[in-house]
Amino acid sequence: MQGLEVRGLTKRFGGLTVSEDIDFDLVPGDRKALIGPNGAGKSTFSNLVTGILRPSAGTIRFDGMDIGRLSEAQRVKRGIAKTFQITTLFRDLTVRENLALTILERQGRGYQMLRRAGRHADTGAEVAALIDQFKLEALADTRVADLAYGQQRLVELAMTLALKPRVLILDEPAAGVPSSETHLIIDAIEALPPELAVLIIEHDMDLVFRVARQIIVLVQGRILTEGTPQEIATNAQVRELYLGGHGHD
Amino acid sequence: MNTTMKSWLPPLALLALAVVLYFALPYNLAFLTRILIMAVLVLSLDLVLGFAGIATLGQAAFYGAGAYAAGLFAIHVWADPVAGLLVAGLAGAALAFVSGLIVLRTHGLTLIMLTIAVASICHEIANKARDVTGGADGLRGIRMEPVLGLWQFDFIGKTGFWYALTVLAVVFVLLTLIARSPFGLSLRGIHESPERMTAIGVSVYWRRVTAYTLGGGIAGLAGALSAQVTQLVSLESFSFTLSAEALIMLILGGTGRLYGAVLGTLVFMWVHHWAAANDPFNWLFVIGGLVLAVVFFLPRGIIAIPTALKRLGGRHAGT
Ligand SMILES: Nc1ncnc2c1ncn2[C@@H]1O[C@H](COP(=O)(O)OP(=O)(O)O)[C@@H](O)[C@H]1O
Ligand SMILES: [Mg+2]
Repeated sequence: MQGLEVRGLTKRFGGLTVSEDIDFDLVPGDRKALIGPNGAGKSTFSNLVTGILRPSAGTIRFDGMDIGRLSEAQRVKRGIAKTFQITTLFRDLTVRENLALTILERQGRGYQMLRRAGRHADTGAEVAALIDQFKLEALADTRVADLAYGQQRLVELAMTLALKPRVLILDEPAAGVPSSETHLIIDAIEALPPELAVLIIEHDMDLVFRVARQIIVLVQGRILTEGTPQEIATNAQVRELYLGGHGHD
Repeated sequence: MNTTMKSWLPPLALLALAVVLYFALPYNLAFLTRILIMAVLVLSLDLVLGFAGIATLGQAAFYGAGAYAAGLFAIHVWADPVAGLLVAGLAGAALAFVSGLIVLRTHGLTLIMLTIAVASICHEIANKARDVTGGADGLRGIRMEPVLGLWQFDFIGKTGFWYALTVLAVVFVLLTLIARSPFGLSLRGIHESPERMTAIGVSVYWRRVTAYTLGGGIAGLAGALSAQVTQLVSLESFSFTLSAEALIMLILGGTGRLYGAVLGTLVFMWVHHWAAANDPFNWLFVIGGLVLAVVFFLPRGIIAIPTALKRLGGRHAGT
């Protein structure tokens, strides 16, 4: 099978079960969202799939191959990339350097010691294309630390795409972004390559209903229900448990 | 003037200063050479700490390994200086690689303690193996052949000076190239955010092991220079004091900008020399005061003085 195939995934921290018997598939072209109250185990699930955490039980397959033993970096090399819930970038480097570093590593040039980092024409062209795609021209030579948070989010997204992933996990891409800038994030997600398999973990219901075609509701580490945005929006259990307080309609 | 030329200006000025000092202080060549050798050691620390962000207090382990390797190689195998230099570089790198495999699995305080432990284990081994190393008496009987078969080491220290200056310059250029390379960029990335580095598919551990190994090799070169120029290796080359002083020199000068390492070495050694001569008992206070002043007023080191002055000037102009 192409894509991700998760079966019986379970994670316990001591006596606390944070993920319980989760089955989950993500194939090319998917736009799935994982929602649920704070502490439901959404980030933990993402960390299990990307290899930051080791599962207590269950299997994770990618293109039919068991990747449960691979390190985080090895999974990235195979095409599973994620953005962090809290933006994590090279803050003292410029936007251009952040992108160049990412691309050089993907190209396997990270151990070159005597050639200048800026001398690779193909790397430079790729950086320029991404800067263009994300409309970052004016900020290209600004230190990331000096950017607004929404802009940093875009840079992180651009960097993650620079890895040419096949599976993309976005952990709360709109968290911390002022609502006036959320549309930038939504636009960028809508412009993602169609064949990419995307999982969005999100609190912002507007964003979820705009971009997701399939929604999974996680409660206390278990999948409560799964369905199209329509089905989820009208699901009584979900409305009561999750949407009630937010007043989405 | 373009930025490439501009970035070579400080090191070229330092090189010119070295030549001036050579002619100005013809009877202090041994001292000047000692500064050059320390600068190589501090540069190696700048790679490890300033670029890769590995906080170590055990860089002397590789300096000592290089010193003993060069001394033993000269005595038992071949007294050619350049060959000895290469052997010492390999010895320092090998020790850094093997110890780095373990040490770099840890972080923070544990890592610092382990780096200290590695150096003290080396110290103890060199002390116990007196048949090979001469123990506490030091390794004696090193007689070097002329450098490249042309320049015999002389007792005034002319050859030693130029030899050490050449090695320092080569190391400096090499590290400058590394700093600008994809590898150098990746070290900055690790320094900034190991999490992000892993998330772009890099094994941070192996990258750090590589930087640590390179740093060990360069520290080994410094050790070799010391052994060859002074024709003596003492247990002191593994000492904690040496590691700590190298760290102070780097902090004085400023990390992450190679010429800062050289400048810091120069200032520290000079103050040390001058203060110790004037007041052999209290010179540590002078050094301590200097370090405190830099840490409080110039947290980025002496290399930040021009920027600090500019900012000060700007503030005055503004008010
Ligand atoms: N490393 C950890 N050790 C112990 N408990 C953890 C750890 N990481 C997360 N948890 C707990 O697991 C639960 C789920 O956390 P998380 O996955 O971050 O939830 P979400 O992203 O849905 O808000 C929380 O109760 C949290 O306290
Ligand atoms: Mg979370």
